[in-house]
Amino acid sequence: MIVPFSHVLLLAVILFGLGAACAVTRRNLIMILIGVEIMLNAAGLVFVGASLKWQHLDGQAFVIFIFTVAAAEVAVGLALIVFLQRRTGSVNANRYNLLKG
Amino acid sequence: MSFYSGFFYILAIVTGIATFMAITRRQALHAIVYLIISFFGTALLFYLLGAPFLALLEVIIYAGAIMVLFLFIIMMIQIRPSSQSRGAALKQWLPAIVLCGIAFSLAAAMVFADPATPVPLTPATAGPGELGRFLFQQYWFPVEMASFLLLIALVGALYLGRGEEKSPVQQREKAP
Repeated sequence: MIVPFSHVLLLAVILFGLGAACAVTRRNLIMILIGVEIMLNAAGLVFVGASLKWQHLDGQAFVIFIFTVAAAEVAVGLALIVFLQRRTGSVNANRYNLLKG
Repeated sequence: MSFYSGFFYILAIVTGIATFMAITRRQALHAIVYLIISFFGTALLFYLLGAPFLALLEVIIYAGAIMVLFLFIIMMIQIRPSSQSRGAALKQWLPAIVLCGIAFSLAAAMVFADPATPVPLTPATAGPGELGRFLFQQYWFPVEMASFLLLIALVGALYLGRGEEKSPVQQREKAP
């Protein structure tokens, strides 16, 4: 017997909160992307747990799509970071204030 | 407490601590290494929850491909240490900590105030063959869409990452 589903849910909430805190507070673009990755991973954990609880494979199938989206997002995100670094010479999100009045 | 539940709690603690260490590092490189530990822990959790194929994909895609991509980019661009003062950092962390605390306490209250007695999950495993058959029978269209999304991401990354060289038309205009 494994733990109840609520404990899996609690762990996923903790991981999601850590990822969200990372994405909100850090000013380094790479750390912001890492926060987004942690959040996607926590969502995947919930799907796998729910798939086991209701004995349906839909949850596991959805995690594959989450992986796909994470891979696509990180590829485009890192390309954007390289582009911005080449263009402005910095990866600090606070320095992109060209539109500031 | 059975063997499985003890294993789950150990893995949960390891994953949580590794993630916490990852998000508080000043060096992005150290964060990546901690994050690899965290993803390995999550992969084992997936295996424990009856998804061996997803555990494999987690190690290959997340801990392998995505983290190596991050490492490449970190080594490619030079990151200047941020000149942010400690006070400003604390001012940024405070709202995040408060909001995360609220979310976590609400989740904990919801879990522990649940009137139904918690039913432990029964172990079950869905092998790769079973999952693949299910995926291509029920979700063949989303699979096609996912592959299309990957193609678009590839084209977008190539477009954003191209060099600074001028296009042939502009070169010809400049030459005479």
